[in-house]
Amino acid sequence: MSAVLRNLIEQPYRHGFVTDVEADTAPKGLSEDIIRFISRKKGEPEWLLEFRLKAYRHWLTMTEPTWPNVSYPKIDFQDIIYYSAPKPKAKLASMDEVDPELRRTFEKLGVPLHEQKALAGVAVDVIFDSVSVTTTYKKKLAEVGVIFGSMSEAVRDHPDIVRRYLGTVVPSGDNFYAALNSAVFTDGSFCYIPKGVRCPMELSTYFRINTQESGQFERTLIVAEEGAYVSYLEGCTAPKFDTNQLHAAVVELVALDRAEIKYSTVQNWYAGDEQGRGGIYNFVTKRGLCKGAASKISWTQVETGSAITWKYPSCILQGEGATGEFYSVALTNHKQQADTGTKMIHIGANTRSRIISKGISAGESNNSYRGLVQIGPKAENARNYSQCDSMLIGDASGANTFPYIRVQNQTAKVEHEATTSKIGEDQLFYFQSRGVDPEAAVSMIINGFVKDVFTQLPMEFAVEAGRLLGLKLEGSVG
Amino acid sequence: MIRERAPTLLEVRDLSASVAGVAILKGVSLTVRAGEVHAIMGPNGSGKSTFAKALVGHPAYQVTSGAAVFGGANLLELPAEERARAWLFLGFQYPVEIPGVANAQFLRLAYNTVQAARGKDELDPLEFDDFVREKMKLLDMDPAFLDRSVNEGFSGGEKKRNEILQMALLEPRLAFLDETDSGLDIDALRVVANGINRLITPDNAIVLVTHYQRMLNYVVPDYVHVMDGGRIIKTGRKDLALELEHRGYDWVAAEATLAA
Repeated sequence: MSAVLRNLIEQPYRHGFVTDVEADTAPKGLSEDIIRFISRKKGEPEWLLEFRLKAYRHWLTMTEPTWPNVSYPKIDFQDIIYYSAPKPKAKLASMDEVDPELRRTFEKLGVPLHEQKALAGVAVDVIFDSVSVTTTYKKKLAEVGVIFGSMSEAVRDHPDIVRRYLGTVVPSGDNFYAALNSAVFTDGSFCYIPKGVRCPMELSTYFRINTQESGQFERTLIVAEEGAYVSYLEGCTAPKFDTNQLHAAVVELVALDRAEIKYSTVQNWYAGDEQGRGGIYNFVTKRGLCKGAASKISWTQVETGSAITWKYPSCILQGEGATGEFYSVALTNHKQQADTGTKMIHIGANTRSRIISKGISAGESNNSYRGLVQIGPKAENARNYSQCDSMLIGDASGANTFPYIRVQNQTAKVEHEATTSKIGEDQLFYFQSRGVDPEAAVSMIINGFVKDVFTQLPMEFAVEAGRLLGLKLEGSVG
Repeated sequence: MIRERAPTLLEVRDLSASVAGVAILKGVSLTVRAGEVHAIMGPNGSGKSTFAKALVGHPAYQVTSGAAVFGGANLLELPAEERARAWLFLGFQYPVEIPGVANAQFLRLAYNTVQAARGKDELDPLEFDDFVREKMKLLDMDPAFLDRSVNEGFSGGEKKRNEILQMALLEPRLAFLDETDSGLDIDALRVVANGINRLITPDNAIVLVTHYQRMLNYVVPDYVHVMDGGRIIKTGRKDLALELEHRGYDWVAAEATLAA
């Protein structure tokens, strides 16, 4: 690999700093006592404690999945802190009252709250470690009946809705990490869009892992009633630590008749250093249920962080004529590993799904797409189109595609296309010979490559994501 | 056009270069003044393309000795992109394809980058669109090429036109055109050659690297150099190209051996 390419992909993480906030932290380790501690801390109702304990007992019988194309040392689940909350200095009425330390942190991340506030129509629910610190625009949303806030608040203020849907898309025993999350989740976002309401603004959440060695177990639930629409943005980033941090979130989406949920993620967690030390293990279960007829769920993700990503935002297309979409850009560099993709489960008739996956591998990283398209026996005239493109930068990176297609209905049509390309020295030189430096050249090539996915992102997110990809691949080019 | 006292654009002294450790250029000297058209001819593997690529700074070509001064600056110290910004240009023999990047986007990035480096105004996408369409007329190019990915699926002739279009946009003081005539049918050759001729001014210069005389019927050289074995072994005027066309290269090499 040339020096130019090497410099391009060796780019230090810029968000590596620890905010000094007093934390209220549980002792390390996991047990029924710890789960009771979490539940008590949060003042939860009995049914939720039971939900947790049931999940925990199930989890004890499970083993970690070994099928992903990733490798890492065995995780010691007793060496993790399962609850950590920043102590609020006072009850927060407005953004100005947010802990100045936290605000500085966000400014360093490039997502200052006042800027977020200025961005027209974006409400921000900030998750700092495991407890929601502040929620904005809540009043405006309340006027149209949209409930948007932390999961803890939802459990307190809207227990019936939470109880009706929690664990219905991702059951507590669904998989090893989903079970763990169900047992110990500390907070997350909750969003409810009533019948016929088009959410007047994009809802945005920034997740951030802060306390060293604290696992982060968010739980997000979004419910769109009949004919409702919501666009939800999730952005993530984390400071730099040498020990790996486990992140096992669960996201559940429920779309009823003709409802539409658009879920966008731009993820920039700490990925470890050039030697692969440190970084986040991101083992996440995200699933949407298109429960109603003609409902639609669309996942768009831009994944640039994590030492290891294990994540398959999926759609269960149950209602007749439901549509599922998955648009993904996954960028890996240095020694990052990503095994990511989607599952499209066609159950109802005339269901449609579309998968556009773009993997970019640089350094010595390994990037795998894994996708399942399943057409059930009752899914008459189901359609799927999948396109999986990989781009390699340098000679030491790897890309794999693992498509799984199971069709049980003869009227189904399933298409799969895949390509692999490489940014070559000759392409970079072509740009250089026209006066363009290699950094700008790589950025233009990558932006061309990811165009089909980025057009799916809300405007301000697309800009941020574009900046992020540039940042991840930029370096001191000599 | 040869003029006395025309300023010197490029001065190459005793340039040697290698590719993957193999010496290809073994001491090439060349002086190019403003307003001149040079042709470098020679058999395959004689070092013609290597000479051009080494001068524009291709990373695979290592200069091992010698000097090259362009516009008063030591060319060999500059990264390739700065050589381009300093008014040097290479028209590629095999322009590379860049899938996913629209030609218009690429052309505008290149144009604005060199404009900025030269302290001139950049153009926004709408202004650039008007500007580039004018330049495309010069080469009889369909504006549809703006929306296609750079060189992707272009025919040989289309790629070469796209190269000359870039030359028209970047307005180099010195352009190396590496076998721009190969892959062109006779009509395309005429269009491309006319385009090149219209870009020639008293202030710039062109070095054509070619196997064949036919390009030189349209773009008439002031000097013809014959390369062989990594050296320029003979320099003459435009008649030399015609003579090479009739007699081939062997006699030049034989003459050079005798002289040595």
